[in-house]
Amino acid sequence: MIDVKHLTKSYKGLPVVDDLSFNVTQGQSVALWGPNGAGKTTILRCLLGLISHQGHITIDGYDTKQVAGKTRSFIGYVPQESNLYGNLTVNETLALSCRLRKIPLTRAREITTSLNLDGLGKKRVKELSGGMRQKLAIGISLLSNPPILLLDEPSSSLDLATQHQITSLLQSIKRPDRSFILTSHRVQEVEALADRVIALDNGRKTQDCPAREFASSLGLQTWLQITLPPHQCAPAQTRLEAAGFDAQQLSGGVLLNLPSNQRAAALSFLHNARFDVLDFEVRQ
Amino acid sequence: MTNQLERVPNLRRFNFFNYSAIVIAYKVIHEGRRDRWFWSFAGGFTLLAVAITTTTSQNKTFGSIRGFGPTAASLVALVHLLITLMALTLGARQLSSERESNTLAFLLSQPVSRSNVLWGTFIGHVATMSASVFLGFGAAGIFSTIRGNSTDALLLLRLTGLTCLLVAAMVALGVLISTATQKSSSALGFSVSVWFLMVFLGDLGLMAATVTTQLSAKTLLLLALLNPTEAFRITAVVSLGGSIDALGPAGTYAIDTFGAGIIGLTLGVLILWIAVALGLSLMIFSRRDLA
Repeated sequence: MIDVKHLTKSYKGLPVVDDLSFNVTQGQSVALWGPNGAGKTTILRCLLGLISHQGHITIDGYDTKQVAGKTRSFIGYVPQESNLYGNLTVNETLALSCRLRKIPLTRAREITTSLNLDGLGKKRVKELSGGMRQKLAIGISLLSNPPILLLDEPSSSLDLATQHQITSLLQSIKRPDRSFILTSHRVQEVEALADRVIALDNGRKTQDCPAREFASSLGLQTWLQITLPPHQCAPAQTRLEAAGFDAQQLSGGVLLNLPSNQRAAALSFLHNARFDVLDFEVRQ
Repeated sequence: MTNQLERVPNLRRFNFFNYSAIVIAYKVIHEGRRDRWFWSFAGGFTLLAVAITTTTSQNKTFGSIRGFGPTAASLVALVHLLITLMALTLGARQLSSERESNTLAFLLSQPVSRSNVLWGTFIGHVATMSASVFLGFGAAGIFSTIRGNSTDALLLLRLTGLTCLLVAAMVALGVLISTATQKSSSALGFSVSVWFLMVFLGDLGLMAATVTTQLSAKTLLLLALLNPTEAFRITAVVSLGGSIDALGPAGTYAIDTFGAGIIGLTLGVLILWIAVALGLSLMIFSRRDLA
């Protein structure tokens, strides 16, 4: 679906993306992970043909340098911060996008309904909250039902509650025939949305692994708080420690410090040992 | 969901019509309708055009818009000063401010080519500015008629058409400035400098050069034609039946050499300015990274 070969981009002689190669198959979700300045956004801009670069990018067999307009018709793009016209209303913005993508306006109505944006049609984009603007951007990216979505840190500028909403929304639009490339420096977002992670540092690929192995490969530990009936807290802690987990007893449950890929194992262990897991909470 | 952007006519069946450019042009017109800067310019132009016809009509001989009298001369001077500034600055603001506000990335992430974005921006601004020209001259004509002066509608229409051509040349130049600069403030500053150079310094510079270096009338005409605002002035004066004395030695030389063909030459100069400015804009815009 997407084939990137020897992608290199420099600004004023300094390489931002350095000889990067990767491919994304149909339906695959790939996260580009790395600190600020790692080259994540630059890669997305190269994929969109917004900036010149060395190397080759093909999308569904089409070279982005030769037929950028054609390749962009396969892509829906959600930027990090709103790039919509603040003075246009929501309806006008959707109408503009439909016209530019040559799709019927009825599609805009479907999208506003499915994303619960009904009733906001006459509001100007600049009057919307950050979360609503991002929802609208996601809606616009879905208008033409594109097989590829490029998501540039889709929830990084939002508050925690809205971040969860946007992540859930993005999970709900995943489909077997739709590929995602998302950039992020939030492990939770990467784990929730990606199948595969390409870690970058100074524009170079440092790691390419399945998302489920990613957090543990970074050595990141997760805190898992499990709520249990009060009389089960002490025995649960004893059993967990005996099984090799780092567990502490709390008043209403146990707190475990473990690699993120071990969370399900801990819950499964308690369930098999016939403990009544009432609730759980994950903290990075 | 009813708005102007929805009323974009369905021209997709015409292959020769660039549909995306038309959509972008509609967007620019739509934004123009909500732009206070544009309305203050357009309002100022209309007020001045009406004031010129009203004040000069105190004298019935001068006040009529019939032939190239003082009223028509004043309207040409108004266009030369104000419309040039309006078109240049509006054209210069567009792409640079879109780049700053990141909305250009939105447009270019859609399946549209950069040439479509450029064309759409140009067409949209020319249409918006032309509407303000029609508004200004239309109001001037109506006021003149109400005051009982004879009004040559054809002359007004001819002046309006020529002004629209000047608008296109200035918007093209503005778009060129917009593509070549990084920030909208630089684009605005640069466009005002270009306006000052063309409208004031160009004229004064030619006069000074004539006095000090004894330029020939031919050289003077060639230098004048390099300036699109001068090309407009010559076209306007000649095509509206004005006296060639108003154009000085270069005008006399032009009429003597080219006769009525001078209008074709000056119109060609204006069209060439549009083509060159848009061609250069496209060259810069299509090669430039969207940082």
